[in-house]
Amino acid sequence: MKRERTHLLRRHVLSISLGLAFVIFGSGSLWAATDLLGAGATFPYPFYSKVFDIYSHHHDVRINYQAIGSGGGIKQLQSRTVDFGGTDAFMSEEELQASPAKVLHIPSCMGAVVVTYNLPGNPKLKMTSEIVAEIFLGKITNWSDPKIKALNPSASLPNLPMSVAHRSDGSGTTFIFSDYLTKVSSEWKSRVGRGKSLNWPVGVGAKGNAGVAGIVQQLPGSVGYVELIYAMENDMPFATLKNRSGNFITPSIDSVSLAANVELPADTRVSITDTDAAQGYPISSFTWLIFYQEQNYGGRSKDRAQATRDLLEYVIHDGQSAAAPLHYAPLPDAAVQQAEANLNSITYTGQSLQ
Amino acid sequence: MGTSAEQYEGGRFRIADLPFRLLGKLGAGDDGAMQERLFRLTLLLAAIVVVGVVAATLVTLLIGSSASLKAFGFSFLTGTTWDPVSGVFGSLPFLVGTLVSSLLALLICIPFSLAISLFLGELFRQGPASTILKSAVELLAGIPSVIYGFWALLALVPIVRQLQIWLGVPPYGVGLFTASLILAVMIVPYSASIGREVIALTPAELKEAAYSLGATRFDVVRRVVLPYARSGITAGILLAWGRALGETMAVTMVIGNANVLPSGLFSPSNTMASVIANEFTEATGSLYLSSLIEIGLLLFLVTAVVNVIGKFFIRRWQTT
Repeated sequence: MKRERTHLLRRHVLSISLGLAFVIFGSGSLWAATDLLGAGATFPYPFYSKVFDIYSHHHDVRINYQAIGSGGGIKQLQSRTVDFGGTDAFMSEEELQASPAKVLHIPSCMGAVVVTYNLPGNPKLKMTSEIVAEIFLGKITNWSDPKIKALNPSASLPNLPMSVAHRSDGSGTTFIFSDYLTKVSSEWKSRVGRGKSLNWPVGVGAKGNAGVAGIVQQLPGSVGYVELIYAMENDMPFATLKNRSGNFITPSIDSVSLAANVELPADTRVSITDTDAAQGYPISSFTWLIFYQEQNYGGRSKDRAQATRDLLEYVIHDGQSAAAPLHYAPLPDAAVQQAEANLNSITYTGQSLQ
Repeated sequence: MGTSAEQYEGGRFRIADLPFRLLGKLGAGDDGAMQERLFRLTLLLAAIVVVGVVAATLVTLLIGSSASLKAFGFSFLTGTTWDPVSGVFGSLPFLVGTLVSSLLALLICIPFSLAISLFLGELFRQGPASTILKSAVELLAGIPSVIYGFWALLALVPIVRQLQIWLGVPPYGVGLFTASLILAVMIVPYSASIGREVIALTPAELKEAAYSLGATRFDVVRRVVLPYARSGITAGILLAWGRALGETMAVTMVIGNANVLPSGLFSPSNTMASVIANEFTEATGSLYLSSLIEIGLLLFLVTAVVNVIGKFFIRRWQTT
């Protein structure tokens, strides 16, 4: 009796495992398409999902991009668990050294960080780099400060204490913002510096763009920084900034693209905050896709390498048309050309991959 | 084997007996003993896995934080600067933020949870009022942390801001006090449900004896029920404290996330769990990562110490 029962059980186990095997391998043969894996920056995620979605409609490739943050994207690429990574801050020399092989960068689109505030009537405000630095260093503490008044004579600025809000989570947004402040203020450079997380002199921290926006929108007199896209989509007021050339620039898709109208280095690892471009918005930045120059590693097939290259090619050319509708700034021509040159240097077992 | 059933059934468990206990059953042959052996083995395996996971966690944290332990040593505990840019890490602000916010939450929570446990365990054990209150309290425990966070951000923060404007302190709305308030709401169900259980366990004879001596209901609660349930109530409160120490999401959303020593009740602050949640994903550089892991180790130890203190109190009061 007992033996019979175990026998029956064994038969069931067999049929279940056969069934499972069929499901796994059977459906595997249905997915003839290549699956490409990417991971990294959250900031360009809506752009990437749109571009990758369009791309997979026309090609036999499916792309799975995990928006886990720039740091995670770099780590995943270094441990070779993804085909490409995404990052808002280009990889540092140490990070490149720590990678198992040569990593290439290409810019994929552009974003910007804006100074947002909550004042009665939300007047359009002009600010200089000096004012922005002093606000976030805690030196300007009231909206009626003569420096702000002098620049905005027509705006009604109340006698209201200023409350600073910043990001509490490590983020590319903080990196770009502090990169700008480090360039324009020597005091910021020595006291705070540049990074994804900072030792903030003043203010309260909140998680994500939504957290900072939440504090700014709730608290009269507060000031913070968020991504341009976030501010645009939520109709938040933001400051017009005086750039290096002395022009007051309102952040917009055009003024962000114009910020990249400068000489770019071959590896495209360049900060374009405090740009030399006369009409460029000064807190703009590229966001990058990163990948290995030599694509034959970890048993990757040539098809997979080719699929990766084709996808990257698409992002910097046809994919750019998806940027503006989503409030991302498309790459200027100079950046596309530089990215193209980097893609042309991709190899598979030493042979150029076209 | 000389071991017989009498030797280990009902006896106090001693580690030294373990091999005999295990071997004792191996000799038996019938079906019942086989089942017993399998049952025993399953339990033992489950117990070993739990202990193993705790030990493995500690080892992982120690290995992960070794770089930071080496670089900062004891000054990691006393340092007040947390500067990822220049690579200087001190955890005192987070340690203080965690302890102050959780203890404050405990203080706010105790009167409410004690009242609820007495109401449900002593005054109204049955009836619609009791059922409604009981399920409401249980429901509180089931609400996800992030929902509490949102509620605190949208409902509690404006109220605290009004209070701050009235008191004349910077009206951030977020900060230590707000975090403690939301923590208190979150931990009430834990201490209240355990309190209710132990209060309901108070023997009727004791209470009846007190009543027959002319005690009022308040006297009975104060002199019979509370002393009897003391250790259980304490256990519940400590369990609640443990929960408050590790709470992350809701706290992060309203504590203000300032990585400095809090200067007052309302000042923005940060906790150990919250700084890890905020900075871990983008922590680049091995020392930075290692310092965050050391904060995790610290949180682990603080929680362990709270548990040990709890056990101590429970045992002391049980024997007297």
